[in-house]
Amino acid sequence: MSVGVAPPADVLGALATDLRAALTPDRVRTGSTELGLYARDASNISGSAGVVCFPLSTTEVQECVRIAAKHGVPFVARGAGTGLAGGATPLDNALVITLTKMDRVLSVDAVNRFAWVEPGVLNLDLTRQVTTYGLHFAPDPSSQQSCSIGGNVANNSGGPHCLSDGVTAAHILALEVVLSDGSVVHLGGEQPEAQGLDLRGAFVGSEGMFGIATKVCVRLTQNAPAVRTMLMDFETVEAGAQTVSAIIADGMVPAALEMMDQLCVRAVEAYIHAGLPVDAAAVLLVEVAGLPHGLEADVARIVEIGKAHGAGTVRIAQDEAERALLWKGRKTAFGAIARIKPNYYLHDTVVPRRMLPEVLRKVYEITARHDLLVMNVFHAGDGNLHPLLVFDKSEPGVMERVHAAGEEIVRASVAAGGVLSGEHGIGLEKRDFMPLMFAPADLAAQAAMRRAFDPLELANPFKVLPSPAACGDVQHVPDGAWV
Amino acid sequence: MGVIDLSSFADEVGTDGPVTISGLGTRGGAVDGVRCVHSPAGIEWVQPDEMIVCCGGGTPVDELVTALAGHGQTVALPAGGTVGGALAVGRSDHRRLGYGPVRDTLLQARYISAVGEIVKAGGPTVKNVSGFDLCRLLVGSHGTLGFIGEVIVRTRPLPQHSQWFTRTTTDPFEVFTRLYKPISVLWTGSAVFALLEGHAADVAEQAATCALAACDGPPALPTGSRCSIKPSDVVGHVGDFVAEVGVGIVHHTDHLAAATVGEREAILAAAIKREFDPVGRLNPGRHA
Repeated sequence: MSVGVAPPADVLGALATDLRAALTPDRVRTGSTELGLYARDASNISGSAGVVCFPLSTTEVQECVRIAAKHGVPFVARGAGTGLAGGATPLDNALVITLTKMDRVLSVDAVNRFAWVEPGVLNLDLTRQVTTYGLHFAPDPSSQQSCSIGGNVANNSGGPHCLSDGVTAAHILALEVVLSDGSVVHLGGEQPEAQGLDLRGAFVGSEGMFGIATKVCVRLTQNAPAVRTMLMDFETVEAGAQTVSAIIADGMVPAALEMMDQLCVRAVEAYIHAGLPVDAAAVLLVEVAGLPHGLEADVARIVEIGKAHGAGTVRIAQDEAERALLWKGRKTAFGAIARIKPNYYLHDTVVPRRMLPEVLRKVYEITARHDLLVMNVFHAGDGNLHPLLVFDKSEPGVMERVHAAGEEIVRASVAAGGVLSGEHGIGLEKRDFMPLMFAPADLAAQAAMRRAFDPLELANPFKVLPSPAACGDVQHVPDGAWV
Repeated sequence: MGVIDLSSFADEVGTDGPVTISGLGTRGGAVDGVRCVHSPAGIEWVQPDEMIVCCGGGTPVDELVTALAGHGQTVALPAGGTVGGALAVGRSDHRRLGYGPVRDTLLQARYISAVGEIVKAGGPTVKNVSGFDLCRLLVGSHGTLGFIGEVIVRTRPLPQHSQWFTRTTTDPFEVFTRLYKPISVLWTGSAVFALLEGHAADVAEQAATCALAACDGPPALPTGSRCSIKPSDVVGHVGDFVAEVGVGIVHHTDHLAAATVGEREAILAAAIKREFDPVGRLNPGRHA
């Protein structure tokens, strides 16, 4: 069967039968409720799952992939399903290979500061398990309580602390990967300079289209001896954004540098009662980490820069509990939004830091024109915007406005010298915007990488790369996408 | 954000026949007997507030480092040779422990493909997951997938204070585990050398914790061979060497055989080469 045509019922039946024989019957699901649950990730984009299975080992993943290939059915690797770009949304009744049951931390090497883990280990669980060694896994997406390491690898995930520590790619040393022909490859290694091409680096961020990671060697980072977390409020969003640029230009790289605008602060304050400044137009959450003398010098300098840009009050967390509360405010922002409207659409673009004031102004202008509420809560230090459009989807015509505003925000970000996505990935959501950043030759090179890893094109097809013009009739973007 | 006109470089690379590239010849240079091209040299712009710089692949690393120092910044590329050469070879210097590997410095590259086209990989921002990470493949590819014409690399602030320290010890990990994010820890088998950076008072306190004494720097790194091993295995080394503790690079006086690539991994690497350069015209005979 050719890829891009939904397999008929008899093929799916035979696929399920083979999978039940290879795994165990209870780990192969075909009921309509379960297929419905796995028809989408955390994006608004729904597809259709043909069969859902739950392997427990590399060998079982190989079996699943070989059986999918035998029946010509594409497969989609899925972790916790927290992705926001439709990357794990199955298309055309694909086989969903769920890695959540492969959730063991296999070994922790405190001397070498790395750990081998299975892909289903949750991000925060890993950090909890290595904290006794004074170590942590640096990438910390806001979904870190529920997202899996395999998903972090697939999306090259970010998080607030990537400002100083780098994104996931900088924290993956080695991978065991099952390719779409069922073979196993080992990419990278425990040694620093693996021979040959950096296939490890190429695999990270490949959104499930190069194969399935079944074991991951993650780099662990030393916990800082001292940390200071502070909150500064500003009368204008511009003043907050300019402070961000000024801090970096001054030669400091804080551990994290986050911004929330007024609507967001108000929603969060109503939710967690942390005494946040609800009258401020914008709030900066700044964290510095390191050795005590440098830390105090940085805090003093950051406060000075903030004041020079009109910061009102500066609140420095006095203890770990207050620090945790301030971070809770940041990381629960998306939950707090439910108090305002039942639905939200979270965007993710990156712009040069100095363009933040201008692009934020455009975001407010665009959303006002489309009569939508927007709140901004984002990784300001990285220029990584997260405009959050809040709405009630039962309102007639609102989705059209949400999608139109979203497209304008993406275009404005790229026009400002930015990029399509900072940490959520392209998936289905932004696939057809790739030509905004890349010429046909650039996209052809990315397609060539994909073909080398997956010549069968069975691993999560039709994501990331727009279909060439010649195949323009095969679009495969289901309802919910705004492309 | 790419600004250098690469069309004449693309014309030089052309569309057929074997072709090789050379910078300053520091890291292997051109393939013998093959028509040789050179990547454009020169810094296009420095954006200190974005912590990025754009330059031609032929720009000397030392020129870039000097220009960035004027902005209070530097770049995690090994000294000497050209920026394009440092990236194409992909070997980090002794500061990898603190500065990170060379591969993480490259944000965007525009290179000339085997069919003479200008291709862009990556983007100008540190955080960027727009499409597959082709930049990672280019770093360390030894010019076998494309010839780098222009890059945007990330910079880092120059430290307020930087000092080498030393102490005799047969257990480098005793020092290594007690330091917070040292820039470099080198070990000769009998003495450890640590490069510490940051606030002068922190540097002094860190050194004192490990009974380290200030010194001018480590011994010259032997150039006989460069082994890449699991970091903790450096303690088993004998002979004349300098090991990068916490990294796993050992610089030996003697020539030692390099590790090999697994069979299935080699097939995958060959498939990538076939996709990017099917006739094998770029740096023929070279391997990543």
